[in-house]
Amino acid sequence: MNLDSAQQTFIEESRDLLATMEDALLTLESAPQDADATNAVFRAMHTIKGAAGIFGFEVIVDFTHVAESVMDRVRDGELAVDDRLIALLLLCQDHIATLIDRVDGGEEALDADLVTAGDTLTQGLRGYLDGNATDRSGAAPAEGGERGGMRTARSPAGAAVRTEAWHVSVRFDQGLLRNGFDPLAFVRFLATLGELRHVALIDDALPSPESMDPEACYLGFEISLAGDLDKATIESAFEFVEADCTLTILPPNSQVEAYIQLIQDLPECERRLGEILVACGSLTERELEEGLNFQAASVASAAQTQAGAQPLGEILVSQGRVQPEVVDAALAKQRRTRDAKTREARAIRVDAAKLDDLINLVGELVIAGSAAEMLAQRTRQRALVEANAGISQLVGAIRDSALRLRMVEIGETFNRFRRVVRDVSQELGKDIGLMITGAETELDKSVVERIGDPLMHLVRNAMDHGLESPERRLAAGKPAQGALRLNAYHESGSIVIEIADDGAGLDRARIRAKAEERGLIQPGQSLSDQEIDHLIFEPGFSTASEVTNLSGRGVGMDVVRRNIDALRGSIGLESRPGEGTTVSIRLPLTLAIIDGFLVGVGEGAFVIPLDCVVECMRCDPSETQDQDYINLRGQVLPFLRLRSLFGLSDPPPRRQNIVVIQFAGQRLGLVVDRLLGECQTVIKPLGRLLSHLRGFFAGSTILGSGDVAMILDVQELIRTAVARDAGAGDRHPQVPAAIQ
Amino acid sequence: MDSAILSQDPPAAEAPGGEGSGQYLTFSVAGQMYGIGILAIKEIIQYGNVSAVPMMPDFIRGVINLRGAVVPVLDLAARFHGTPATLGRRSCVVVVELSEDEQDQDIGVLVDSVSAVLEISANDIESPPAFGTGIRNDFIAGMGKVDGRFVILLDPERVLHSQDLAASAA
Repeated sequence: MNLDSAQQTFIEESRDLLATMEDALLTLESAPQDADATNAVFRAMHTIKGAAGIFGFEVIVDFTHVAESVMDRVRDGELAVDDRLIALLLLCQDHIATLIDRVDGGEEALDADLVTAGDTLTQGLRGYLDGNATDRSGAAPAEGGERGGMRTARSPAGAAVRTEAWHVSVRFDQGLLRNGFDPLAFVRFLATLGELRHVALIDDALPSPESMDPEACYLGFEISLAGDLDKATIESAFEFVEADCTLTILPPNSQVEAYIQLIQDLPECERRLGEILVACGSLTERELEEGLNFQAASVASAAQTQAGAQPLGEILVSQGRVQPEVVDAALAKQRRTRDAKTREARAIRVDAAKLDDLINLVGELVIAGSAAEMLAQRTRQRALVEANAGISQLVGAIRDSALRLRMVEIGETFNRFRRVVRDVSQELGKDIGLMITGAETELDKSVVERIGDPLMHLVRNAMDHGLESPERRLAAGKPAQGALRLNAYHESGSIVIEIADDGAGLDRARIRAKAEERGLIQPGQSLSDQEIDHLIFEPGFSTASEVTNLSGRGVGMDVVRRNIDALRGSIGLESRPGEGTTVSIRLPLTLAIIDGFLVGVGEGAFVIPLDCVVECMRCDPSETQDQDYINLRGQVLPFLRLRSLFGLSDPPPRRQNIVVIQFAGQRLGLVVDRLLGECQTVIKPLGRLLSHLRGFFAGSTILGSGDVAMILDVQELIRTAVARDAGAGDRHPQVPAAIQ
Repeated sequence: MDSAILSQDPPAAEAPGGEGSGQYLTFSVAGQMYGIGILAIKEIIQYGNVSAVPMMPDFIRGVINLRGAVVPVLDLAARFHGTPATLGRRSCVVVVELSEDEQDQDIGVLVDSVSAVLEISANDIESPPAFGTGIRNDFIAGMGKVDGRFVILLDPERVLHSQDLAASAA
């Protein structure tokens, strides 16, 4: 393997791990007992340390080692997670990210600043390694008492363990391999019987290398197996090796005693086995602890020989007095994460450029395919036409799957903001809670990449200008914690992203004053509330009277708007004084290929995105001669005549058609000359020369015939039509000069 | 489909205005000879299959499909004199490659006929007269002397400057 590419993998994976770590740390901030999150942080440090060691990045190894040790203590329950530790670990995460960036940039040597920063952090971490032993011993007796109380209250050993999985415990005899059996084969076979929830390898019997017999088997497994099974079936898996192994099978919902019995019957250390059972999901920590303690009490011996190393379950359960349901829920979550891990493992990392090449090729294939189909239709040979129809169906399917390759969930982008919100709310002295919904909504990777900055700006804006300080919120009768909501959902071929706050709303008087001062509007010009709100998207507009560190650095909402426009998206704003502001961004799902509906106007052909088309109907001249609306099943449907919009002077054909389109809740008709049917279109950008047509066309495309057709920008057409009829005095920045 | 009459890689020639000689593609528009430095020219294709684009000024004929890329076509006669070119058997589209703000863009130029590629040495290039050529002064890079006649050497960056065009289009 090429070392360079391996190193690139290391860098990418480390970044992923750091992102996971950040996520986990933020989870810990609200739920300090979350074992899953603790493990995630530990794992991140551990894995980065290991990998960095392989490449010889000593600085990273040394640094992560300290962080890992701290997390190890947290994991063992020797150290409680508090805000201070989380803040420190977040800084550590940043530091490691910087170190990784330097590796990426090919810079080996550290500058003095980085070294000092690293040392400070390391010292902070070491404080946790040395200093906290005393804290813990002080707390321990109290915990012990607490635990006793819990135990009597629940009489644990008689209770059944709540798990739906069978537990299979097997220790193979040394002769297994000599007899021609592969231990792994049994695990594989079990996997065919049911779902393997967890497999733990027990290799404690392995002797030191000198005394090891390479032909002997020293292994055992603890397996959690879910499924509709009976004991005989599981036993049959081990039929051939019955004599060569020690097998214990525990059915689901066994008594805790049965597990304790198992633990004691097996040769390995009790504590270790117990923890493996917890890991298997067969036992919860509480069950294990209580079971073991019960056992210890009944034997009335000093079974607590390991009292020095107080087990993690005790502390976790008793210290926080975690409800058993919580522990169960945590374990269920852990199981889900494991599932997610396996899914992840099945994913392949592909260079984005290769994917883009593929999409481009598929785009060309779509064009070539429709050309072939058109030629086939011209020949009027039925077999050929059918064969071609089959091909275009497949091409359509290929196109869809190719595009789906680029689809990613927006959750990853959203999660980045958890850290931003945390940091910024501290910086501003505001208490802000972030709520994320619709994280699983998918959209094109290239869109995701370009939406990050505008989103960041909007989120910061909401925190800086939108949400008030806790005092002002309380004075206004609102909860002290401001709520920031990120939401995403799909709607008619677009994705909508909402950034909502429950702050003060836009200060319209101030916006107005500022706009007049900047000469954006005339004094006394009458504007609707919505028009005033939209002024903030105008270039050179910023209402922040004081420039803060966060926003108001010259990059305004107009940049956000431009970025969104460049993605063929739109941005909407809704603000209610005292109640908050919601900014919604509407974006196309993909930038490359769409399904279109082809219509003819005059000599040209035009494409309407199929997602917007509701229905088509004949245009009745007697109804439409004098008015620009029709009666569509009892409802008024306004329409636009594309002929007059495009300034075509020759008389229209006798029969025209109306295509009813819908976008963002608005519905209107387009009068066209001919309906030409559906087509797949590859969107080509307009180019600079045609850029002033952007109000009408979203792009162009090449038809099967080789001709070029323009793609109508439905969203802008609606906006233009609405603006045109909104009356004089209306200034709409998006209306192109051509129709004003 | 458009067939390529002439498509060639730019030869190693001096840029217009530089020392030594440069190669220029000469063509006629409304009876007048013009030249463009060959380095800017991508290819020449037969006129045809131009899709009209609504709401465009007269001097933009429409767009063509150049092997999958959508290229706008500019009518030089309409741009210079306001009268659209009459199409003939020898009407051609010269595809010019421009880079604006580090972005490459192709623009097609409709001409009445393409003549030849001429070598014009820097000594034979005069600066443009203050008036009298019939077209805007800033379009002209220089006046090339060929066999005792003048060829107006165009500055494609100026003539086809997209902002300028878009502004006059709007």
